[in-house]
Amino acid sequence: MTQRSWRQVPSSVLAAVGVALLLQIGWRAQQPRPLATALALPAAPAATVLKLVGLGDPLPVAHFAALYLQAFDNQPGVSIPYWDLDYFRVEAWLERILDLDPAGQYPLLMASQLYAQVPDPGKQRRMLEFVYRRFFEDPGRRWRWLAHAAIVAKHRLGDPSLALKYAQAIAAHSRNRNIPSWASQMPIFILEDMGEAESAQILLGGLLASGTLTDPMEIRFLTERLAQMQEKNVKKSP
Amino acid sequence: MVPRYAGQAWTVARFTVLEAVRTRLFIVFLCVLALAWLGGAFVRALAVTEGSRLQVVFLAGMLRWAAVFVISLYTISATVREFNDKTLELLLALDLPRAAYGFGKFLGFSIVAWGLAAFCGAGLSFSAPGEPLLAWSLSLAMELWMVVAMSLFCVATFSQVMPAAAVVVGFVLLGRSIGAIQLMTASPVLDAASPIHRAMSWTIDAIALLLPRLDTFTQSAWLVNESAAWPALPPLLAQSLITVALLLAAALFDLYRRDL
Repeated sequence: MTQRSWRQVPSSVLAAVGVALLLQIGWRAQQPRPLATALALPAAPAATVLKLVGLGDPLPVAHFAALYLQAFDNQPGVSIPYWDLDYFRVEAWLERILDLDPAGQYPLLMASQLYAQVPDPGKQRRMLEFVYRRFFEDPGRRWRWLAHAAIVAKHRLGDPSLALKYAQAIAAHSRNRNIPSWASQMPIFILEDMGEAESAQILLGGLLASGTLTDPMEIRFLTERLAQMQEKNVKKSP
Repeated sequence: MVPRYAGQAWTVARFTVLEAVRTRLFIVFLCVLALAWLGGAFVRALAVTEGSRLQVVFLAGMLRWAAVFVISLYTISATVREFNDKTLELLLALDLPRAAYGFGKFLGFSIVAWGLAAFCGAGLSFSAPGEPLLAWSLSLAMELWMVVAMSLFCVATFSQVMPAAAVVVGFVLLGRSIGAIQLMTASPVLDAASPIHRAMSWTIDAIALLLPRLDTFTQSAWLVNESAAWPALPPLLAQSLITVALLLAAALFDLYRRDL
């Protein structure tokens, strides 16, 4: 199809295009930018609905949903404290995203590193429990988020028992999963900090005796640590 | 002079509506309505609780998409057929300015679109409250009006069904998601000052200036939450008037550039 020169177009049509374009830009420019508010975070759609939206390819939907959820955390010029968010809804969104993309780490990172930072123990615990609950589905990939959860539980929440629960879960699932030994040794040091020196000694002794450690420097460090614990224990006992 | 052209445009519009009736477009849409109704009843039967709410939301969502799909495809295919059958050449050989033809076609397709919106409203009238339903139907009519203008613009530009339909679908999807896209680009957790992020954010803001925010139109929440939708309508009307004016002017620009 050939086209005539734009000079053939009547000037009234050209003027109408120009005026309408200016009106459109002016109208949209005077409207406020869409802003996220804590109250506006909608309930997470059902997993089946999200799968349907993805038309058989759930990963793009999972990533799109993660970015959408993230928009409610951090807006330029608007500070939405995390504690203003409805954590039941946040958790539901994280669950859906992880269901759609089980190999993805994004929701666990968001739960342990972003949402668990809120200075509200109830909300922190909700996020840590989410990480703990979903850890068992894929310990080989998800241990690092549970390890972080253990640190948050110990140092931020001041709840060593909770930290120990998380650390023990990592230790229990560390065999043949490429989980570094520092992570699987966490229960020993948490127990020691809790004053459970005897249990820590038993665990550390068992670990050294199991032969799973191969790095000579690590074995030496842990053996010295075991000796220090035993010495302390002897001094304490009457 | 103007009344004469207005009369010509009205004649073109009248024949456009007549063509829609004679090609059984409204009967086809009634079948779509019946299918959506059956789907809604099925969803209601599955629901453990809030069955009627679920049915209304499902039906409203389905009808909205169906109406957009039907009116855009109908507008595009009917106009392309006219181009291919050389009807446009025949008409313009008469004393009919291109603007009168363009306005007439637009007015005719708009009347068809408003008819579809009325059908959708009637389909929902059994399960949705009256006043919110009226606001919902008016908003749908405005939305379909913009879709008609966009379809005419695309068909005047591309003259073929496939590219025109693809661009209209892109317009509708982008118009519905541009708000969410702007939200996402405005909130990076890391490195908001990076040049790539700023360039992306600027580009998306520029695209947003040219698009109507279709996600603010025809919301199912008006029907089930019985929230006051009336205050939302005047800005939507202003937005649709501006968008329609822009798209219609652009369509006429392309129509005048056609070498017949």
